[in-house]
Amino acid sequence: MALALIFALWAGAMIVRSPYETRQNEPREQPVPFSHEHHAGGLGIDCRYCHTTVETSSFANIPATKICMNCHSQMWAASPTLEPVRESYLTGRSIAWTRVHDLPGFVYFNHSIHIHKGIGCSTCHGRVDQMPLTWQAESLRMQWCLDCHRNPARYVRPVDKIFAMDYQPPPDQLMLGQRLVREYNIHSLTSCSTCHR
Amino acid sequence: MRQPTDPTFVPLAALSAHPRQWRSLEEREGVVAEDIPLQSEFSQEDRREFLRLMSASLALAGMTACTRQPTELIVPYVDPPEQTVPGHPRYYATAVPVSGIAQGVIVETHLGRPTKVEGNPDHPASLGATSVISQASVLDLYDPDRAKEITYRGDTRSWENFLLALGSMLNPLQGTGEGLHILTETVTSPCLGAQIEAVLAQFPRAQWHQWEPAGSHSVSAGARMAFGRPVNTYYRLADADAVLALDSDFLACGPAATRYARDFMDRRRRGDRLDMNRLYSVESSMTSTGGKADHRLPLRYSEIEAFAGAVARGVGVPDTATAGEAPNAQWVDAVVQDLAAHRGSSAVIPGDWQPPAVHALASRINTALGNVGKTVIHTAPVEVQPVDQLESLRDLGNALDAGSVAVLLILGGNPVYNAPADFAFARLLGQAKNTIHVASHHNETSAYCQWHVPESHVFEDWGDTRSFDGTVTILQPLIYPLYRSHSHLEVLEALVNQPARTSREILNAYWMGKKPARDFESWWRQSLHDGFIADSALPEITVAPVPSPPGAAVSAAPAGGLELSFRPDPYVHDGRYSNLGWLMELPRPMTKLAWDNAVLLSPRTAERLGFPNQQRVTIQRGGMRVDASVWIQPGHPDESATVHLGFGRSRAGSVGNNAGFNAYLLRTSSALWSAGGVQLTKTAPHYPLATTQMHQSMDDRPVAISADIEHYRQNPDFVRPLENAPERGESLYPPWAYTGYAWGMSIDLTACVGCNACVVACQAENNIPVVGKGQVLAAREMHWLRIDTYYQGDPENPAVHFQPVPCMQCENAPCELVCPVHATAHSSDGLNDMTYNRCVGTRYCSNNCPYKVRRFNFFLYQDWYTETLKLQRNPDVTVRSRGVMEKCTYCVQRIREAEIRAKVEDRAIRDGEVQTACQQACPTQAIVFGDINQRANRVAQLKAEKLNYALLAELNTRPRTTYLAELRNPNPALNTEHGG
Amino acid sequence: MTAIEEKQRHTERPPDPGRPPAVLIGGSTFGTVTDQIASTVLSRKTPLFWWIVFAAGLGLLTCLLIAVWFLFYVGVGMFGIEIPNAWGFAITNFVWWIGIGHAGTLISAILLLLNQSWRNSINRFAEAMTIFAVACAGMFPILHLGRPWVFYWLIPYPNTMTIQPQFRSPLVWDIFAVSTYATVSIVFWYLGMIPDIATLRDQSKSRFAYFCYGVLALGWRGASRHWRFHETASLLLAGLATPLVLSVHTVVSFDFTISILPGWHSTIFPPYFVAGAIFSGFAMVLVLAIPLRAVYGLHNLITERHLNNCAKVMLGTGLVLAYTYAIEPFTAWYSGSPFEMFMIHNRATGPYAWSYWGVVAANVVAPQLLWFRRCRVNPKPLFAVSIVILIGMWLERYMIIISSLHRDFLPSSWSNFIATLTDNAALYGSIGLFTVLFLLFVRFLPMISMYEVKELLPFSRPDGRSVK
Repeated sequence: MALALIFALWAGAMIVRSPYETRQNEPREQPVPFSHEHHAGGLGIDCRYCHTTVETSSFANIPATKICMNCHSQMWAASPTLEPVRESYLTGRSIAWTRVHDLPGFVYFNHSIHIHKGIGCSTCHGRVDQMPLTWQAESLRMQWCLDCHRNPARYVRPVDKIFAMDYQPPPDQLMLGQRLVREYNIHSLTSCSTCHR
Repeated sequence: MRQPTDPTFVPLAALSAHPRQWRSLEEREGVVAEDIPLQSEFSQEDRREFLRLMSASLALAGMTACTRQPTELIVPYVDPPEQTVPGHPRYYATAVPVSGIAQGVIVETHLGRPTKVEGNPDHPASLGATSVISQASVLDLYDPDRAKEITYRGDTRSWENFLLALGSMLNPLQGTGEGLHILTETVTSPCLGAQIEAVLAQFPRAQWHQWEPAGSHSVSAGARMAFGRPVNTYYRLADADAVLALDSDFLACGPAATRYARDFMDRRRRGDRLDMNRLYSVESSMTSTGGKADHRLPLRYSEIEAFAGAVARGVGVPDTATAGEAPNAQWVDAVVQDLAAHRGSSAVIPGDWQPPAVHALASRINTALGNVGKTVIHTAPVEVQPVDQLESLRDLGNALDAGSVAVLLILGGNPVYNAPADFAFARLLGQAKNTIHVASHHNETSAYCQWHVPESHVFEDWGDTRSFDGTVTILQPLIYPLYRSHSHLEVLEALVNQPARTSREILNAYWMGKKPARDFESWWRQSLHDGFIADSALPEITVAPVPSPPGAAVSAAPAGGLELSFRPDPYVHDGRYSNLGWLMELPRPMTKLAWDNAVLLSPRTAERLGFPNQQRVTIQRGGMRVDASVWIQPGHPDESATVHLGFGRSRAGSVGNNAGFNAYLLRTSSALWSAGGVQLTKTAPHYPLATTQMHQSMDDRPVAISADIEHYRQNPDFVRPLENAPERGESLYPPWAYTGYAWGMSIDLTACVGCNACVVACQAENNIPVVGKGQVLAAREMHWLRIDTYYQGDPENPAVHFQPVPCMQCENAPCELVCPVHATAHSSDGLNDMTYNRCVGTRYCSNNCPYKVRRFNFFLYQDWYTETLKLQRNPDVTVRSRGVMEKCTYCVQRIREAEIRAKVEDRAIRDGEVQTACQQACPTQAIVFGDINQRANRVAQLKAEKLNYALLAELNTRPRTTYLAELRNPNPALNTEHGG
Repeated sequence: MTAIEEKQRHTERPPDPGRPPAVLIGGSTFGTVTDQIASTVLSRKTPLFWWIVFAAGLGLLTCLLIAVWFLFYVGVGMFGIEIPNAWGFAITNFVWWIGIGHAGTLISAILLLLNQSWRNSINRFAEAMTIFAVACAGMFPILHLGRPWVFYWLIPYPNTMTIQPQFRSPLVWDIFAVSTYATVSIVFWYLGMIPDIATLRDQSKSRFAYFCYGVLALGWRGASRHWRFHETASLLLAGLATPLVLSVHTVVSFDFTISILPGWHSTIFPPYFVAGAIFSGFAMVLVLAIPLRAVYGLHNLITERHLNNCAKVMLGTGLVLAYTYAIEPFTAWYSGSPFEMFMIHNRATGPYAWSYWGVVAANVVAPQLLWFRRCRVNPKPLFAVSIVILIGMWLERYMIIISSLHRDFLPSSWSNFIATLTDNAALYGSIGLFTVLFLLFVRFLPMISMYEVKELLPFSRPDGRSVK
């Protein structure tokens, strides 16, 4: 009986940590099958071309239809897959994208500060440039956040490498990390109100 | 459950500085009122409320079942507006008019949603602070009970239908406008004024009436009496060394109160606080101003005039005739000497509700003292057309009675509810052929009108307005109208030329006419940006007082018996805001009553009449009668009662309906502000009043410490022994070193006037729910910040102490020690963090908090269902749910935001860069917040002052919030007891 | 005349006034003991009294369930709690029930180690009482949570938040104390019952009963090995349980002493609470024993000796309580803290003075009757006193919690606590729950330990004399 109980607990723990719960590695359906692999990887468009506010705001915005049309008024102007985009542009009705990275309402995450303190896109979002349909690369569990907040040195990179998708942490990451932590004067913020307000 | 408490009394650590203190009046009398039935048995909450809670809770239970995030959508712009950055709020300057007179504000908007109102630092009526009403105006915008559609006899109509109908109404008037009547409230808007004049020009026989129930009727009448012409008067209290308030609540009530409080307190704290001004208050009801006064004299409403007359004679005003002899000659002499000693630097301020004669006298006294032009400023009236509004309304009444009104257009207001009772306005309205009501809510008056046109909120449409000194603000829309509503401008436009222009076009056209066409655009943009039109304040004028014919200045003495005076409520004003939960639940400064008005009686009078506190009585005046509950108010003059207007509404909305009693039913044209010969008779049933502070004495505990300036001069360190804090070293644990920021707050008890602007600002900033009367009765109100009001000394005329109590952010926080789940823990910069989503609700932290500043969601208090209310919420603060503890966090969302901004710019946070909501709203800058690690910071300097003390320091909680003890400046010539 | 009967006749001796009354009276034999106790479970018809009380218990239990439903679906605000009185009935009930449980453990463990063999005929149902009392107690901390569905956050377990409970908080200590207590008590109780269950198995007439008791008996055959292991295990568990008698209520008292509230922040609480616990526990033992004795005719097994001893324990612990009540005003005065002094004064004269004087009357005055032997051995007055003491002990916890909370440091936040219907439903409902559980125990399990009683019989003893 005790064994059964232990197993039940273990199973529960596994489920909570499983991708089913976290929606990790689950490519999400989108109104338009937008491929980061093609745009970011293939064409090498900079993240900030579309996600314009990532450096200045807490929220890395989803591009407005206008930004899509900058190119797609010429390229693939007739492609049926882009019909929703053109329709949105003509009717002025927004495209409703499915949210891929969704934190709970009581967690306040700010993109700008992470970017300025040397946390690269790929550290949290994975190799987006290799995602045909975007998925969530990490669990986004509190455990995972604290993993870095408790010891940033393991993850920070030089600020000029922030948007480098193919960035590989050097073998002496810890050394580098500790240096950067001092340089960028990063304090490992683990106060509750850092994220919960 | 709040109950009258036991009559026992133990003298504790006796403080020589304090006279003997007593507890709340029940205790003095040893009365114990019967139990109040508790809401949670649903004796108070109705069925629907119950079901609402139920469904909510079920939903919650469901949510906890699994942690999997439901699918969410992101809906980006198609073509984003300039400068809009998701995640960054934007700020727009506009103004909030109350009774036509505005306060300049700056409104925070998140992606087009106005969420918070702040003061406009450059605007003369604000100087960065806000009034309670300005703070709540954003809730008014989202009030779910606002009128949403144009209706004709209750059926929905389109704007076009309305225009057609209007045309057919106006046709029979064959252009002359015979029988067209327009009723407005006080109009200060230049553009609206021009509109009305245009209408009157097109319809020469049309008539314009104005009625403002709580307007400054006697002010203008008094001006006519004193100067023979309407004059606008305001005061420069920054230069006033001696102030006499004649039944005036200038520190907390009225269109200029925010500015007056600021100037008065700046003057009071000048230099090293040893050069204080002095305030005498003679008043007919306990007010914040009286509470802050160095000397306070409770007089009946009718006795004030005699007092003023005596003062006038004293300072040498020629041929002063007044009713009766002045009571309390000693007082008069002291006041006269003090005023005379400060010629040109004193001010006599009469209350709006005092009769014209008193205003005339005050003007003469100020003239005689040579204050005019120095502390007392006269300008042309701010109203477009100052009229005797009572007569103006009477004319309309007569016209209606005569049946000569073809079209009655009511722009705003609610005369059926607030016109003098003897006008029987509801009946009269039936006499008009066509009636149109333009108002934000479908209120009592709308019910008697054929047409109802929803009025746009001040944040929804274009317009302009003036403030107390005449400064003009262009009102710009912050959000597209939520409903099919229209501005007064548009409706008037429909009268004169159809097809109508939009209010923006009207406004633009008007101001183009006023300003040079060249660089109009830049001027316009500048005015919008600043929030007011540069140097549009009315120029100062010099007016010669006309000699008063003997006896003319005497207002008729009221009939004998109990005297009843009417006051606008400090928060819901004349009743127009009584559907705003924030204001209804905000405890009144003196009584601490929420959700109700009451008959205020002095302890002695209540005793004579044999009324215990909360006794249900019938107020009878002539044929008129109203049921109300008695509240025994220390410091209230004997043989008189005070009732506040604005309650007892039947069509305010789901919040304001049937809260309190309707005092307008007793208010007649002959007695707008005071009536004699009133009977109070006991009646059933028991009707409990909800108060947030049952116990208004300090029991000799050093809680709100205060002293006379003389005591301070001789003994500058008098606070230390009272504070009695243990040494740092006495703790078992080594102290934590706060490197980096250390946030702290200093609250100046001298400056706090108890106006509660901070409390409602906190509520707006932090998504604090409104809980309703039943829950307030059960001592479950949610305000994170409260203002405690303590009485001290003689209950017939006690000293009053206000003490704002937010979370103290203790360095040794008792709450943190006992939380079993780390839901409340200390941050690296010394904040006492509260993590709502971790709280399991043991409430142990509240038990262990000596300041009792923690608040608990006993039920699902937050409204999770009303869409419009969701729009108001601050997106940077978690919306709390049922069963969790919550508390003040020094507005941590603002701190973190500033921190990130500073880090991104790679610099330290500047002093004053982070302001807490309460600090920002405070009219007197009593609250100062900042990093106490930087010696240069203002807060650090204040904490270094001798008057600085920590509340309950002996518990060694090391609070980050500390107080500056209150100082008063009594007149040695009047060495009566503190405050007396 | 068989040898046994022979021996028994020898044991019949005239009552000796100098000695305490016998533990057992009447000529019980192995057979009679077994029949007497087993039959109440197996053969004898359930007395009407049982049905009446059981029905009443069920009624109260229903109230509890309704209250719980409201608490979970509407909110904990259904209780009368507010700010500052954030704790009310729920915690009062928790402390009260936990306290009651203690007598059982004391009897079964400490008295066993002290070789107080008179305990043998009351320890079984006393232990049952402990377990059911702990069950009632354990329920309340969860009921009074704002969000009961996340109660498990108080338990340390590996989680995805990498957050553990806050071990400085007494509430977390409570979790350990109470769960340990419950576990040990249940194991001890069950272990002790195994031989008797086996007896029931063997005596049972229906196949169903045979099956059930068979499963529960864990294949007990009464072999000497079994007995040896059983003996050792009992002693070991007794050793484990003994410290719990003192530790559990000490930890519970920390809930109050750790906080800074006047009237809570006091070092005398641990002994004070333990004494109170045993006090109320023995009261409950008597409240249960006296009717059982009457209804099931157990006068020969639960004798005046038992009543007498329990009464003496109550008298002793009662005096300890009286002392603590007396010492509190002194410490308050001696502390020199105005808040402490005010609290004491307000406790005696404030809005809750009734609870204070009620406590004094019930816990100090009433037990004085027990100086008289007539009161100690006469069931009726003893029963009455026990009831009064139980009420008094509940009031004491209520007084401690409310009289400290409703008047703390800042006068502005003072207000009075008023209990709601839900509060009362939960309190009386928990009594219902206890009643139902206990009656089911009486009905289906041996309420008196057969084999331990038999140990008292002369011929199971070397000297061949029954125990005095």
